[in-house]
Amino acid sequence: MTIEVDVTHRLAAFQLEARFASEGRLTAFFGQSGSGKTSLINVIGGLIRPDQGRIAVDGTTLLDTASGVFVPAYRRRVGYVFQEGRLFPHLTVRQNLVFGRWFRPPRERKVQLDTVLDLLGIGHLLQRRPGALSGGEKQRVAIGRALLASPRLLLMDEPLAALDDERKAEILPFIERLRDEANIPIVYVSHSVAEVGRLANSVVVLRNGRVAAVGDPADVLSRTDLVPQDAAEEAGAVIEARISQHDVQFGLTMLQSKAGLLRAPYLDMPVGTLVRVRIRARDVMIANVAPVGLSALNVLPGKVIGLTKSGETVVEVQIDCNGVRLEARLTRKSVETLGLKPALPVYAILKSVALDKSTLGRSPLSANFRGADLGVQMQDEEIAPRVPRRDGTSP
Amino acid sequence: MDGLLNLSPEEWTAVRLSVRVATVAMLTSLPIGIAVAYVLARCKFPGKTFVDGIVLLPLILPPVVTGYLLLLTFGRRGLVGSFLAEHFGIVFSFRWTGAALACGVMGFPLMVRAIRLSIEAVDRRLEEAAGTLGANPLWVFIFITFPLIAPGIIAGMILCFAKAMGEFGATITFVSNIPGETQTLPSAIYTFTQVPGGEAGALRLTLVSIAISMGALVVSEVMARWVGRKMWTE
Repeated sequence: MTIEVDVTHRLAAFQLEARFASEGRLTAFFGQSGSGKTSLINVIGGLIRPDQGRIAVDGTTLLDTASGVFVPAYRRRVGYVFQEGRLFPHLTVRQNLVFGRWFRPPRERKVQLDTVLDLLGIGHLLQRRPGALSGGEKQRVAIGRALLASPRLLLMDEPLAALDDERKAEILPFIERLRDEANIPIVYVSHSVAEVGRLANSVVVLRNGRVAAVGDPADVLSRTDLVPQDAAEEAGAVIEARISQHDVQFGLTMLQSKAGLLRAPYLDMPVGTLVRVRIRARDVMIANVAPVGLSALNVLPGKVIGLTKSGETVVEVQIDCNGVRLEARLTRKSVETLGLKPALPVYAILKSVALDKSTLGRSPLSANFRGADLGVQMQDEEIAPRVPRRDGTSP
Repeated sequence: MDGLLNLSPEEWTAVRLSVRVATVAMLTSLPIGIAVAYVLARCKFPGKTFVDGIVLLPLILPPVVTGYLLLLTFGRRGLVGSFLAEHFGIVFSFRWTGAALACGVMGFPLMVRAIRLSIEAVDRRLEEAAGTLGANPLWVFIFITFPLIAPGIIAGMILCFAKAMGEFGATITFVSNIPGETQTLPSAIYTFTQVPGGEAGALRLTLVSIAISMGALVVSEVMARWVGRKMWTE
């Protein structure tokens, strides 16, 4: 499933000029507010008609100004989850959910109501009206409504931005399930490092209406020059790990990663699950000798591969731990005291409590393409993934 | 007291005629009113201020002037009137249909205003959302816009009906005051006040007017509440 975008559009003083191609199951548009994320997603959804450009989703052209093609929003089959939900206030939850389904010919209704209710846990809300829902429930219904229109692509515009941290934590697992099980590619707009780090397969960084970078979350989020300035605190490494064991006595979960063993607060997932861990640069300490008498539970041996000065006080240090790149944010004083320089063997130290809920989630690599869960026929040319499964079998 | 409640056959005729004229005026204005309100609320085009002014004109002109303009246009020798009479056999002058036309024209600005305000209050982002779910513009109007503006439409209908029930100046100028054909309640009351001993009849019809107006108001309240409850709460 590929998304190709190449558009230019002028909005008053703002110039949107974006060009990229993405193959990820969840592509994040990442950038500060005002960077053009929402404009770009609106162009894909057909809500903005750009001055010039071309958009194709999996080979289907939705827009091509050169040949005069402009598929209107209602014919694009592009689901859209808006930041504010936009549920229809005069309809019940059930009527909201099946609204888009109604406009699809029966043979195109690939997504079943029961599956969506189960996936999003909203079966008990069917008879209510949107006015009687909490913020988190509204967003889940909005996601379900978009899914039930059987879209070929799902756009999500900061779907969690209007929610508090607790509600965010409530919805993130649903979006992970969607990404891994629904078999519909997602474009996810966010300015949050936590959301992008946890959800994205592929990140498009936008700045001033232009694409500043495209890449893996691990590459993008470790670069402080790409992370929005107000979120620089959240920048860091993104690594994959597998749950190897639960330590019930102390309420810990052991994560086996290539960089070494990590101990995290208890995670309610089965042993063997692939998880994604975001290690913030500001949470990493460095020692030049093996530390003793230390409370931190995670000590990863590695070596310095680079130092980047960031202002007068702070230095970003890149460490290679068995092929995995970690980031540490240290003071210039510490760097000089320890005599850090490239190739120096060091130990990266991380407190277990720094690995909290916002930094840990199911890995997109754990996806097992359970497309059948949503009633999607796997042999369907249009929908079936063309990449082999991660476990080597073909879909 | 007995005399007050016992309407004469002529008086009943005036009451029935008034209700018929007001109902026809309201129902025929409704589709045009919704269309005009939609265009004024949503579209930008050159001359919009002019169109807006034309729609509002009957509200600010003296009713007699409006009636006279109708006579000039829709009268038997009027430009539109002669055309309609020749090609479609539709005659307005000195007929109850003319009374309905006059009442409709007078009530139109009130109806358009109420509906237009409700259309402007609709959150267009909801319509956008319906579009992304596959609804074409017509379905969006039917399933989203129309239910959301229903309270405004009801309010506009009631305002138009009430205005039509009370219309006097334009009606009497355009279609005169013919008992059984164009003599509506206000005209009948006016006639009673012009003859000696007509006070009792005038008072009877006045009470009937009040009853009908109050009834319309109650019906509109009930409908608006019913629609409101259905739409916004569980």
